[in-house]
Amino acid sequence: MAIRSFFLFILFFSSSLSPVFSLYEDQVGLMDWHQQYIGKVKQAVFSSQRAGRKRVVVSTEENVIASLDLRHGEIFWRHLLGADDVIDGIDIGLGKYVITLSSGGSILRSWNLPDGQMVWESSLQGPKHSKSFLVVPTNLKFDKDNVLVVFSNGRLHAISCIDGEVLWKKDFEAESFEVQQVIQPPGSDLIYVVGFAASYQFEMYQINAKNGELLKHESASFSSGFSGEVSLVSTETVVALDSTGSILLTISFQDGKISSQQTPISNLVEDSLGPAVIIPLSVSGVFAIKTDAVTVFIRVIGEGKLEVVEKTTHEIAVSDALSISEDQQAFALIQHASSEIHLTVKLAHDWDGNLLKESVKMDRQRGLVHKVFINNYIRTDRSYGFRVLIVMEDHSLLLLQQGEIVWSREDGLASIIDVTTSELPVERNGVSVAKVEHNLFEWLKGHMLKLKGTLMLASPEDMAAIQSMRLKSSEKSKMTRDHNGFRKLLIVLTRAGKLFALHTGDGRIVWSHLLQSLHKSEACQSPIGLNLYQWQVPHHHAMDENPSVLVVSRCGPSSDTPGVLSFVDTYTGKELSSLSLDHAVVQVIPLPYTDSTEQRLHLVINADKHAHLYPKTSEALSIFKREFLNIYWYSVEDQNGIIKGHALKCKCTGKVADEFCFDTRDLWSVVFPSESEKIVATVTRKLNEVVHTQAKVVADQDVMYKYISRNLLFVATVAPKGSGEIGSVTPEESWLVAYLIDTVTGRILHRVTHHGSQGPVHAVFSENWVVYHYFNLRAHRYEMSVIEIYDQSRADNKDVWKLVLGKHNLTSPISLFSRPEVITKSQSYFFTHSLKAIAVTSTAKGITSKQLLLGTIGDQVLALDKRFLDPRRTVNPTQAEKEEGIIPLTDSLPIIPQSYVTHALRVEGLRGIITVPAKLESTTLVFAHGVDLFFTQLAPSRTYDSLTEDFSYALLLITIVALVAAIFVTWRLSERKELQEKWR
Amino acid sequence: MSNVKVLLNGGQNITFLRPDGYFSFHNIPAGTHLIEVSAIGYFFSPVRVDVSARNPGKVQAALTENRKGLSELVLEPLREEQYYEIREPFSIMSLLKSPMGLMVGFMLAVAFLMPKLVENMDPEEMRRAQEEMRSQGVPSLSSLLPGGARN
Repeated sequence: MAIRSFFLFILFFSSSLSPVFSLYEDQVGLMDWHQQYIGKVKQAVFSSQRAGRKRVVVSTEENVIASLDLRHGEIFWRHLLGADDVIDGIDIGLGKYVITLSSGGSILRSWNLPDGQMVWESSLQGPKHSKSFLVVPTNLKFDKDNVLVVFSNGRLHAISCIDGEVLWKKDFEAESFEVQQVIQPPGSDLIYVVGFAASYQFEMYQINAKNGELLKHESASFSSGFSGEVSLVSTETVVALDSTGSILLTISFQDGKISSQQTPISNLVEDSLGPAVIIPLSVSGVFAIKTDAVTVFIRVIGEGKLEVVEKTTHEIAVSDALSISEDQQAFALIQHASSEIHLTVKLAHDWDGNLLKESVKMDRQRGLVHKVFINNYIRTDRSYGFRVLIVMEDHSLLLLQQGEIVWSREDGLASIIDVTTSELPVERNGVSVAKVEHNLFEWLKGHMLKLKGTLMLASPEDMAAIQSMRLKSSEKSKMTRDHNGFRKLLIVLTRAGKLFALHTGDGRIVWSHLLQSLHKSEACQSPIGLNLYQWQVPHHHAMDENPSVLVVSRCGPSSDTPGVLSFVDTYTGKELSSLSLDHAVVQVIPLPYTDSTEQRLHLVINADKHAHLYPKTSEALSIFKREFLNIYWYSVEDQNGIIKGHALKCKCTGKVADEFCFDTRDLWSVVFPSESEKIVATVTRKLNEVVHTQAKVVADQDVMYKYISRNLLFVATVAPKGSGEIGSVTPEESWLVAYLIDTVTGRILHRVTHHGSQGPVHAVFSENWVVYHYFNLRAHRYEMSVIEIYDQSRADNKDVWKLVLGKHNLTSPISLFSRPEVITKSQSYFFTHSLKAIAVTSTAKGITSKQLLLGTIGDQVLALDKRFLDPRRTVNPTQAEKEEGIIPLTDSLPIIPQSYVTHALRVEGLRGIITVPAKLESTTLVFAHGVDLFFTQLAPSRTYDSLTEDFSYALLLITIVALVAAIFVTWRLSERKELQEKWR
Repeated sequence: MSNVKVLLNGGQNITFLRPDGYFSFHNIPAGTHLIEVSAIGYFFSPVRVDVSARNPGKVQAALTENRKGLSELVLEPLREEQYYEIREPFSIMSLLKSPMGLMVGFMLAVAFLMPKLVENMDPEEMRRAQEEMRSQGVPSLSSLLPGGARN
C-alpha cells in the first residue's frame, strides 16, 4: 500500500501537460533502432553509368522502387508507391532517369537516378484493359529526344524520355486482341506488336516507330489454339505452346511474313512429360519449358528447328540476357545442390561453353533461388567479370561476385505478418556472459564526459565520444534477461514463411529459420503463415524448458484448406515439431490455462465449427474438462453482418473417435441489417492486459468503478454506401454505428450513431474504454471518439465505512448473466491526420497512465496522452477537476511534434504497432513494423521508478564530495571555536 | 523535397512532387476529396477539395484545420515541426534548481546562516541556552565526529 501511494504521488507529480515523450537530438539511437527494407525484389536494372558509384535500381513486391549501392547494398533512395499503384515495369532511360510504369500501365513516372526526385509523371489512358509493356529502346531517337515505348490498356504510346510528352499513340481496338509481346529490334525504326486474337489467331502488327503509322498487319490462325505465355527467341521469332501444352509452335514474322513450324514436345524429349508451360527467357535463341519435375532448355536453330540443350530436375533460375558486346549475349544460370548453389554464366549462342562457373556456399535457411539478375564489369586485365544479384525464397537479396557473397539484405523483414515476444535466458551463475564493468577510472571518466555534455561544456570531439559510448554500451545488447525487462526477443513471422528473432536492444537478427512446414510440398501447395502464439512461456516450475512459439499456417488462400501447426524454440530457432492437421484453421483461441510444463492450451476452431484442443495430452484434456463450461468465444462473419457467440457442447459425434475434438453450439447471434449496416471494425481488449485498479477516484473524493470485462467487443458498422472511399457519399446517406457487445451473452451494452460519418475505422480497446478514429463528412475532418464504460452496481460503495460495515456487494458472485448496470460516457474530438494503425501502451502492472500510439498516414507514430481523450473534459474544469488532471476541452486533439515517438524518422509503409510491457512498471516497449522496422522504449509518465539515461552520476558524486568536505570544514571551524571558548 | 508525398483520401492515391513543386492526381471523379501532405519536419493541414461535376475543371479548396479557403490550390506548411527537445544552454540557475543543487544550497544556508542567526540572539539568552545544553549533555557537532571525543 505504501508503494502504491508512493506511485500515485509520483504519478501526480509527473502529470504535467508538457509532452511526456521527448528526446534530445543526441539521444537518437540510444533506446530506439530503425531498419530500412524494400521487400522482395521483382525486377532489377543495373545502372550503366561509368562514373560515380555503381547502383542497381529495383522494384519490389512491397511496391517500392529503390536505388541500391552495388558495393554495400545500402539504400540510396527509395519510394513506396500507393497500394493500388502496383509497379508493372522499371527501366533506366538515357542512363540517368529511372522509368516506372505502374497502376496497370496507366501511370508512367520518371525519377532522377542520383537523388530519386521525380522528374515527370504521365497518365496513360486507353480503350481497354490489357497487359502492359515498357520498352526503352537503346537508340531510337526522335528529334534528338530518346523515346520510350509503352503498351498499356490496349494502346501503344511513344513517349519522350525528357519530359513525358506523348509523341504519338496507336489504339489496338480489336475486341479479342490480347497483346503478348512488344518488340523493338535494335537499330531499326520498327515496332512489332504481337499477340493472340480469339485464342487461336496469331496477329502481328508492324509499326513505324517514328510516327506510329501501321505498316503491316498480318495474321495466321492455328486451329490448336494457344496456352500460356510466349517466349521471344529472336527479334522476329516467338515460341508458343498449343492449348494442350504438348506441341511447340515456332512462329517467325520475318519481313512481315508469318511462317510457323510445329514440333511436338515428345519429339524432343523422349519420355513423356505431361503438359508443360513455357518459361520466357529473354535470351536469344533459347527458351525453356517446365513440367512438374523437369525443366528443359531448348535452342532454336535456323528455320524453326529445335534442339534440347539441357534437361534438369534441379531447381533452376535463369537471368535475362545481358549484351556484352555487339553480337554477344550472356546470361546466368543458378542450380541448387544441397548446401551450395552453382552459378554459371554462358553465352547465348554457345550453350556448352561456360564463361564462368562458381560455387557459393548458401545458408539453407534462405531456401531456393527465385530470381537472378546479371551485370558485368571490366576487370583490370580488360576481361569481363560478372556479378549476379539473386533473390532467395526468404525474400533476401544477395550480391555474388567472384564466388563470394558480397552483401546480403534481409528484405523478408519488410513483410511481417505477425509478431510476438519471448524472454531471453536467465543469466546463470558461473556462465555469466556479462563483461566486468571496465575499471572504475574508465567509468568515472565516462561520467565526467557526460557531465560536461549536460553542462554544455563539451567540445565536439567530446560529444562524439559521448555519443559513441552511449551507442555501444554493451548492456543493451546482451543475450540474457535484464532486471528491467528491456531485453527481449521479438519473434516475427514474415510472408516468405521465415521466422526471425530480433534482439530488442539493437535490432540484430539473433536467429532465423525458414519453416519447413511452410515449405511448398505435395500435400501443401501454397502454404501461408497466419499467426504466432506464445506456446510455452516457462516460469516458476518449468524454468529449464526453453520457451516456444506456435506458428499457425494453412495450405492455401481459402479458409477451408487444412492447417499446419509448428512449434519453434525461441532460444535456438529450431523447429521442435510440426503437425499437419486434417482440419482447417478458422480461429485459434489461446485459453487462459497452462499445463504443468507451462504449455498454453489452445482451441482451434475449424470450418465445420468443431473445436480441437491442443496440445493433445491427457493432462491438457483434464484441465480443459474442468473448465469446459466456462469457455465462450465469438465469431464475426463480416460478409453477412453477423456476430455469433459460441460455447462447447460435447465430444465430437463424428466418424472418428477423437478425444480432443468437441462439438460446439451457438449461444446467441447479433444480425446487422445488411441494407443499412456493414461491419468495418471489431476490436477487443488484449488478452494479456493488466488492469491495476477497478476504482477511479474522481474529484471531490468520489469513486467511479470501471466496468472491466475481458468479454467486451467493440463493433463499428457503416452504411453500405459509405464503405467506399472518402468523397464517394454525401453526409446524409452515410452513418457510423458503434456498439459495445458482451461476447458471453450477446447483450448490447451500448450503441451510438455518428451521422454523416464513414470509415475506415481504426479502434483500440483497453481497460474500460475504447477509442476509435473515423471520418466526419460534415466537417470533412477526421474525428476520434472515446467511450468509457462504468459499473453502476458498485457505485454505492463510496466510503470506507460502507465497505467495512454497511451493505456492499463485493462478495456477491459476479456473473455476466445478471444484467449489468452500466453507464457510458463519451466524447469526440477532431484529429488532423488519417491513421494507418492505432495501439495503446501497456505496462507490467497497469499503474502507469496510458498513451495512444497513432500510426499516421505520413508513416510516423504519434504518442497521445489518454487524458486528451477523457470524456469528462469540459470547457472550464473546476479547480478540483484541474487538480485531478483534467484538461480543458478543445475541439481538436493537439499534435505536439516532440511526442512523435519515431522523431524525424518514417516507418515506411506502416502496418502495425505492437506494445509489450517491460518489467519496469514505467516503461513499455514499442515495435512498429511496415516496410521499415522501428523499436523504442516509452515511459508514458516518465521514468519515475528508475534514473534516466542522462542522469549525471558525476554531479551526484561531486555533491557528495562537496558535502563531506563541508562537514569537515565546519567540524574544523566548530572545533576551533570551541577551543577559543574554552580559552576564554 | 524528394521525400514529400501527397496523399488523396487517406492513401487511396499517392503522388510525388515534380522538381517545380507541382503534383497531379489523374482520373479523380467529381465530389469532395481530401488531400494530405506528408513531409518530415513540416505540418501541413489536410485540404478539402471539391471537384465540381457541373463545370468540369472547377475546383474549390479549403484547409480543414482552420477552415480557410484557398484561392489557388497551393499547399503551404502551417508550421515547422521540431521533433527534438532543444538542450537548454548551461546556466547556474538550472544547476541550482537540480536536487543536488538544492541540497548543497540548503547545506550552505544552514552552515553559514545559522551562526548568523545565533549571533543575532540576545547574549543573555544565548548563554542560558548553552548552559541548558551543557547540563542536558546534548552532544555538540564536534563530539559527534571522530576525534571529537578527545575534548
